Amino acid sequence: MTTDAVSRSSAAHQDEEKIVRYTLTERVNHWIGALSYIYLLMTGLAFWSPYLYWLAAVVGGGPVARLWHPWFGLVFTASVCWTFAEWRRDMEINASDRAWAKAIPDYIQNEDDKLPPVGRFNYGQKLFFWGIFYGVILLLLSGVVLWFTETLPWSLRFLRYAAILVHASVALITIGLFLIHVYMSAVLEEGSFGSMISGYVTRAWAWTFHRTWYYQITGARPNPGSQPRSEPRSGQ
Amino acid sequence: MSQASTEIIRISGHAGAVAGEGLNREFTVCKLVDTTTCIGCKACEVACLEWNGYTFTETTFDNSYQTMPETAWNYWNLIKFNEHERADGSMMLLMRKDQCMHCADPGCLAACPADGAIVQYANGIVDFQEANCIGCGYCITGCPFNIPKFSPTTRRVFKCTLCNDRVSQGLEPACIKACPTGCLHFGTKAEMKELGETRAKQLRDVSGFADAGVYDPPGVGGTHVIYVLHDAKNPELYGGLPRDPHVPLSVRLWKTPLKWLGNIAIVGGILGMAMHYMRFGPKKEEPIPPGEVVNNERRV
Repeated sequence: MTTDAVSRSSAAHQDEEKIVRYTLTERVNHWIGALSYIYLLMTGLAFWSPYLYWLAAVVGGGPVARLWHPWFGLVFTASVCWTFAEWRRDMEINASDRAWAKAIPDYIQNEDDKLPPVGRFNYGQKLFFWGIFYGVILLLLSGVVLWFTETLPWSLRFLRYAAILVHASVALITIGLFLIHVYMSAVLEEGSFGSMISGYVTRAWAWTFHRTWYYQITGARPNPGSQPRSEPRSGQ
Repeated sequence: MSQASTEIIRISGHAGAVAGEGLNREFTVCKLVDTTTCIGCKACEVACLEWNGYTFTETTFDNSYQTMPETAWNYWNLIKFNEHERADGSMMLLMRKDQCMHCADPGCLAACPADGAIVQYANGIVDFQEANCIGCGYCITGCPFNIPKFSPTTRRVFKCTLCNDRVSQGLEPACIKACPTGCLHFGTKAEMKELGETRAKQLRDVSGFADAGVYDPPGVGGTHVIYVLHDAKNPELYGGLPRDPHVPLSVRLWKTPLKWLGNIAIVGGILGMAMHYMRFGPKKEEPIPPGEVVNNERRV
């Protein structure tokens, strides 16, 4: 075995080493949020279209769905608030995100090596986070109006008129975000879904998708002597 | 009137065909309330409670003859009183029997998401089927007349049925039966419209009410409860009868363009993602090239 082969095999071994990406609390919170959102989605879609009303039957029938939907809304809100408190700083949009945003076409075409290196979360994940965060605020405000709709006096009926439109429109936006999130994390990007279960990613995964974070968390740094495979974009 | 009058022509929250859809009847039923001959005796309120089996409950006294501020889930028929001072300084005690208007284009039914919780019969009656109601209260949002009322104990919404159970058996509604002055009439929509117009003409020509007219708002496709008013130009005077009621614009936007936009976006998005996966495939991690990274030995 040549020296080169040894170093390569040890590098390959190191590639598979695990790094903690999500703590147990983060994962538990994520799944509380995810399951409550799925319940909200099923019952909400049942109320949205007669062609999907059968979804209410799946979770116990229309009246039960109407009774629980707002409470699961509170659970989801609590989960999002906790995430906000915990991840707010990781989610701040910075100059490197603006450079990354310009390279979104490369990201869509899976040419990830053309992207500037990203920290713990990339710009897309940050947009998802802020979309859900502001969405949940609007859903909560309009949702409270719909929850206690019968107690509103006739003179405040404009609140009901606003609430049905806001609740449905914002819910649609979050459905879009949710679908993209599920597609990217459970289907498109291999290793992501498992990391939200086990908490671990491999070194290679972290280096590939979140290089800045990888350097931060491992204490490693780029070899100044090595040639980058492609020039990172400016503005990072 | 036969059972055929209760053939269902429209169903809330319903996917698919409706048995009576497009069914044309020779006539639809209608209640005519002549506010000019109402004496506010409330016999109709009592008859409504009696027929529908509701008990008498505590009423609200607020310096008026009115039993309570607005109709309740178990009080479907309420005379609204208004002491109105006319331009010449004379007083009028306006009395209007408030109940479900049985709109030809019902906002409650348009807003309702529960399959079969609200139905419209071929005879024009809009009826709540509480067994199918989920208690969401969207009908409250959809109604331009503030009629559907929520029962906290059953978590269902209730309103006047226009005595559908009596009408389908060839009887007139209980309130009509009880009216001592004959200010309440029941018949076909055409008959009631004609009777109302005749009375309005009499009020204009003989009684000196130049603005007398019939209230049958076109914004909701006409109603199956119509009023004769001394002053049809100011319906608000009669306990807040809306001048030009419509199904709220936001309900229309929500139930038509937003629904289509949303459905197309969701289906299009899912198809788009499937296409993306087939075209570009998964994102895979790449091995860290040897020599690319220094100080990579620290365990974490």
